[in-house]
Amino acid sequence: MKLQRRTFLRLGAAALGGFATAACWPLRAMASAFDAAFKAPDMNGVFKELGATPTPSDQIQFVSPDIAENGAVVPVSITSKLPGTEQIMVLVEKNPNPMAAVFMIPEGTEGFVSTRVKVGQTCNLYAVVKANGKFYSAMRETKVTLGGCGG
Amino acid sequence: MASPMKIRATTTAGVTEVKALMSHPMETGRRKDADGQLVPAHYITEVTALHNDKLVLSAYWGPAVSQNPFLQFRFKGGASGDKVVVTWTDTKGESRTDEVVLS
Repeated sequence: MKLQRRTFLRLGAAALGGFATAACWPLRAMASAFDAAFKAPDMNGVFKELGATPTPSDQIQFVSPDIAENGAVVPVSITSKLPGTEQIMVLVEKNPNPMAAVFMIPEGTEGFVSTRVKVGQTCNLYAVVKANGKFYSAMRETKVTLGGCGG
Repeated sequence: MASPMKIRATTTAGVTEVKALMSHPMETGRRKDADGQLVPAHYITEVTALHNDKLVLSAYWGPAVSQNPFLQFRFKGGASGDKVVVTWTDTKGESRTDEVVLS
Protein backbone atom coordinates (compact mmCIF):
# COMPACT_ATOMS: atom_id res chain seq x y z
CA MET A 1 0.00 0.00 0.00
CA LYS A 2 2.74 2.41 1.12
CA LEU A 3 4.76 1.70 -1.97
CA GLN A 4 1.83 2.40 -4.22
CA ARG A 5 1.18 5.72 -2.59
CA ARG A 6 4.81 6.71 -3.02
CA THR A 7 4.77 5.78 -6.67
CA PHE A 8 1.61 7.73 -7.16
CA LEU A 9 3.10 10.85 -5.58
CA ARG A 10 6.24 10.57 -7.64
CA LEU A 11 4.25 10.26 -10.82
CA GLY A 12 2.15 13.25 -9.83
CA ALA A 13 5.22 15.37 -9.12
CA ALA A 14 6.79 14.41 -12.43
CA ALA A 15 3.62 15.27 -14.29
CA LEU A 16 3.38 18.62 -12.54
CA GLY A 17 7.01 19.43 -13.28
CA GLY A 18 6.52 18.56 -16.91
CA PHE A 19 3.48 20.77 -17.12
CA ALA A 20 5.27 23.74 -15.55
CA THR A 21 8.14 23.46 -18.03
CA ALA A 22 5.76 23.21 -20.94
CA ALA A 23 3.83 26.25 -19.75
CA CYS A 24 6.94 28.42 -19.45
CA TRP A 25 8.43 27.31 -22.75
CA PRO A 26 6.56 29.47 -25.28
CA LEU A 27 7.28 32.67 -23.34
CA ARG A 28 11.00 32.05 -23.10
CA ALA A 29 11.45 30.26 -26.41
CA MET A 30 12.23 33.32 -28.49
CA ALA A 31 14.84 34.97 -26.31
CA SER A 32 16.54 31.77 -25.25
CA ALA A 33 16.81 30.51 -28.83
CA PHE A 34 18.89 33.54 -29.69
CA ASP A 35 20.81 33.45 -26.40
CA ALA A 36 22.40 30.19 -27.47
CA ALA A 37 23.17 31.55 -30.94
CA PHE A 38 24.79 34.65 -29.44
CA LYS A 39 27.02 32.46 -27.26
CA ALA A 40 28.11 30.11 -30.04
CA PRO A 41 31.88 30.44 -30.58
CA ASP A 42 31.93 29.87 -34.35
CA MET A 43 29.80 30.09 -37.48
CA ASN A 44 28.85 26.41 -37.47
CA GLY A 45 27.82 26.74 -33.85
CA VAL A 46 25.51 29.63 -34.72
CA PHE A 47 23.96 27.72 -37.63
CA LYS A 48 23.48 24.71 -35.37
CA GLU A 49 21.60 26.87 -32.87
CA LEU A 50 19.50 28.40 -35.65
CA GLY A 51 18.71 24.90 -36.85
CA ALA A 52 19.74 25.38 -40.47
CA THR A 53 22.68 26.37 -42.62
CA PRO A 54 21.68 29.25 -44.88
CA THR A 55 21.90 28.99 -48.65
CA PRO A 56 23.60 31.85 -50.51
CA SER A 57 21.14 34.17 -52.24
CA ASP A 58 21.60 37.08 -54.64
CA GLN A 59 18.36 38.60 -53.39
CA ILE A 60 20.20 39.97 -50.38
CA GLN A 61 22.06 43.20 -50.84
CA PHE A 62 24.80 43.44 -48.27
CA VAL A 63 26.79 46.64 -48.10
CA SER A 64 29.91 46.90 -45.98
CA PRO A 65 33.29 48.54 -46.54
CA ASP A 66 36.05 46.56 -48.29
CA ILE A 67 38.58 48.08 -45.96
CA ALA A 68 37.63 49.31 -42.52
CA GLU A 69 40.16 51.62 -40.96
CA ASN A 70 38.63 51.20 -37.56
CA GLY A 71 37.25 47.75 -36.76
CA ALA A 72 35.28 49.11 -33.82
CA VAL A 73 32.88 50.93 -36.12
CA VAL A 74 32.08 49.08 -39.32
CA PRO A 75 28.89 50.28 -40.98
CA VAL A 76 26.81 47.52 -42.52
CA SER A 77 23.48 47.68 -44.26
CA ILE A 78 21.36 44.84 -45.49
CA THR A 79 18.50 44.92 -47.94
CA SER A 80 16.52 41.74 -48.45
CA LYS A 81 14.36 41.43 -51.53
CA LEU A 82 13.18 37.98 -50.47
CA PRO A 83 9.42 37.83 -49.98
CA GLY A 84 8.34 37.11 -46.42
CA THR A 85 11.51 38.36 -44.76
CA GLU A 86 11.11 37.73 -41.02
CA GLN A 87 14.58 38.14 -39.57
CA ILE A 88 17.83 39.76 -40.57
CA MET A 89 21.03 38.76 -38.82
CA VAL A 90 24.55 40.10 -38.93
CA LEU A 91 27.42 37.70 -38.32
CA VAL A 92 31.14 38.41 -38.14
CA GLU A 93 33.05 35.20 -38.77
CA LYS A 94 36.17 35.71 -36.68
CA ASN A 95 34.71 37.54 -33.71
CA PRO A 96 34.80 35.60 -30.42
CA ASN A 97 31.05 35.15 -30.89
CA PRO A 98 30.14 35.60 -34.57
CA MET A 99 26.51 36.55 -33.92
CA ALA A 100 26.35 40.34 -33.74
CA ALA A 101 22.69 41.24 -34.08
CA VAL A 102 19.27 39.88 -34.94
CA PHE A 103 16.51 42.11 -36.28
CA MET A 104 12.92 40.91 -36.28
CA ILE A 105 11.02 42.32 -39.21
CA PRO A 106 7.25 42.44 -38.68
CA GLU A 107 4.87 42.82 -41.58
CA GLY A 108 4.79 46.38 -42.90
CA THR A 109 8.46 46.94 -42.19
CA GLU A 110 10.82 46.78 -45.13
CA GLY A 111 13.54 44.16 -45.31
CA PHE A 112 16.20 46.70 -44.62
CA VAL A 113 18.41 47.53 -41.67
CA SER A 114 21.58 49.46 -41.25
CA THR A 115 23.82 49.51 -38.20
CA ARG A 116 27.44 49.51 -37.08
CA VAL A 117 29.31 46.52 -35.75
CA LYS A 118 32.71 45.67 -34.29
CA VAL A 119 34.99 43.49 -36.38
CA GLY A 120 37.96 42.07 -34.48
CA GLN A 121 40.13 41.17 -37.47
CA THR A 122 39.99 40.86 -41.25
CA CYS A 123 37.34 38.28 -42.05
CA ASN A 124 34.08 37.53 -43.78
CA LEU A 125 30.89 39.23 -42.72
CA TYR A 126 27.61 37.43 -43.29
CA ALA A 127 24.11 38.72 -43.61
CA VAL A 128 21.64 35.98 -42.86
CA VAL A 129 17.99 36.44 -43.75
CA LYS A 130 15.15 34.25 -42.61
CA ALA A 131 12.31 34.37 -45.12
CA ASN A 132 9.30 32.07 -45.11
CA GLY A 133 11.02 29.87 -42.54
CA LYS A 134 14.16 29.36 -44.60
CA PHE A 135 17.61 30.84 -44.13
CA TYR A 136 19.54 32.66 -46.85
CA SER A 137 22.87 34.43 -46.67
CA ALA A 138 25.14 36.92 -48.35
CA MET A 139 28.85 37.28 -47.66
CA ARG A 140 31.32 40.16 -47.81
CA GLU A 141 34.96 40.32 -46.86
CA THR A 142 36.06 43.26 -44.78
CA LYS A 143 39.73 44.03 -44.20
CA VAL A 144 40.43 45.58 -40.85
CA THR A 145 43.51 47.68 -40.37
CA LEU A 146 42.81 48.41 -36.69
CA GLY A 147 41.18 45.84 -34.42
CA GLY A 148 37.70 46.30 -33.01
CA CYS A 149 38.27 45.24 -29.42
CA GLY A 150 39.96 48.27 -27.93
CA GLY A 151 43.43 47.37 -29.28
CA MET B 1 21.00 57.46 -16.42
CA ALA B 2 22.00 57.19 -20.00
CA SER B 3 21.86 60.22 -22.25
CA PRO B 4 18.96 60.57 -24.65
CA MET B 5 18.90 58.95 -28.06
CA LYS B 6 18.97 61.00 -31.17
CA ILE B 7 16.11 59.88 -33.38
CA ARG B 8 15.22 61.22 -36.76
CA ALA B 9 12.31 60.01 -38.86
CA THR B 10 11.30 61.18 -42.30
CA THR B 11 8.43 60.02 -44.47
CA THR B 12 8.79 59.96 -48.22
CA ALA B 13 6.31 58.33 -50.59
CA GLY B 14 4.52 56.44 -47.82
CA VAL B 15 7.65 54.95 -46.30
CA THR B 16 9.09 56.22 -43.06
CA GLU B 17 12.80 55.98 -42.52
CA VAL B 18 13.98 56.00 -38.93
CA LYS B 19 17.54 56.71 -37.86
CA ALA B 20 18.44 56.33 -34.22
CA LEU B 21 21.72 57.00 -32.49
CA MET B 22 21.88 55.61 -28.97
CA SER B 23 24.36 56.63 -26.36
CA HIS B 24 25.82 53.52 -24.76
CA PRO B 25 29.33 52.18 -23.94
CA MET B 26 28.61 48.68 -25.35
CA GLU B 27 31.36 47.02 -23.29
CA THR B 28 32.01 43.48 -24.50
CA GLY B 29 33.42 42.19 -21.23
CA ARG B 30 36.68 41.29 -22.97
CA ARG B 31 38.40 44.67 -22.88
CA LYS B 32 40.93 45.54 -20.17
CA ASP B 33 41.30 48.96 -18.61
CA ALA B 34 44.58 50.79 -17.91
CA ASP B 35 45.21 48.66 -14.80
CA GLY B 36 44.75 45.40 -16.68
CA GLN B 37 41.40 44.74 -15.05
CA LEU B 38 38.64 43.35 -17.24
CA VAL B 39 35.92 45.87 -17.87
CA PRO B 40 32.64 44.10 -17.07
CA ALA B 41 30.24 43.52 -19.94
CA HIS B 42 27.61 46.19 -20.37
CA TYR B 43 25.76 46.22 -23.67
CA ILE B 44 22.31 46.64 -25.14
CA THR B 45 20.52 43.33 -25.60
CA GLU B 46 17.12 44.40 -26.83
CA VAL B 47 15.77 47.23 -28.93
CA THR B 48 12.17 47.81 -29.92
CA ALA B 49 10.59 50.43 -32.09
CA LEU B 50 6.91 51.32 -32.08
CA HIS B 51 4.94 53.38 -34.54
CA ASN B 52 1.77 54.56 -32.78
CA ASP B 53 1.88 51.47 -30.48
CA LYS B 54 2.41 49.12 -33.42
CA LEU B 55 5.66 47.19 -33.33
CA VAL B 56 7.74 48.04 -36.40
CA LEU B 57 11.08 46.57 -35.42
CA SER B 58 12.59 44.55 -32.60
CA ALA B 59 16.19 43.54 -32.34
CA TYR B 60 18.38 41.33 -30.18
CA TRP B 61 21.96 42.50 -29.95
CA GLY B 62 25.21 40.99 -28.80
CA PRO B 63 28.33 42.80 -27.64
CA ALA B 64 29.58 43.09 -31.24
CA VAL B 65 27.40 46.09 -32.00
CA SER B 66 29.51 49.26 -31.93
CA GLN B 67 29.70 51.77 -29.13
CA ASN B 68 26.97 54.40 -29.35
CA PRO B 69 24.92 52.15 -31.64
CA PHE B 70 23.38 53.40 -34.82
CA LEU B 71 20.23 51.87 -36.22
CA GLN B 72 18.38 52.62 -39.40
CA PHE B 73 15.24 50.95 -40.75
CA ARG B 74 12.16 51.68 -42.84
CA PHE B 75 8.50 50.88 -42.39
CA LYS B 76 5.45 51.47 -44.52
CA GLY B 77 3.07 54.20 -43.45
CA GLY B 78 3.58 57.13 -41.18
CA ALA B 79 1.72 60.42 -41.22
CA SER B 80 2.32 63.84 -39.79
CA GLY B 81 1.85 63.81 -36.02
CA ASP B 82 2.52 60.06 -35.67
CA LYS B 83 4.85 58.97 -32.92
CA VAL B 84 7.87 56.71 -33.27
CA VAL B 85 9.10 55.35 -29.95
CA VAL B 86 12.43 53.55 -29.56
CA THR B 87 13.35 51.63 -26.39
CA TRP B 88 16.52 49.77 -25.46
CA THR B 89 17.37 47.47 -22.55
CA ASP B 90 20.91 46.51 -21.56
CA THR B 91 22.65 43.77 -19.59
CA LYS B 92 22.42 45.75 -16.35
CA GLY B 93 18.68 45.97 -16.72
CA GLU B 94 18.82 49.67 -17.52
CA SER B 95 16.61 50.97 -20.26
CA ARG B 96 15.82 54.16 -22.04
CA THR B 97 12.88 55.23 -24.17
CA ASP B 98 12.85 58.16 -26.52
CA GLU B 99 10.31 59.29 -29.06
CA VAL B 100 10.04 61.47 -32.09
CA VAL B 101 6.96 62.97 -33.71
CA LEU B 102 6.76 62.76 -37.49
CA SER B 103 6.64 66.16 -39.11
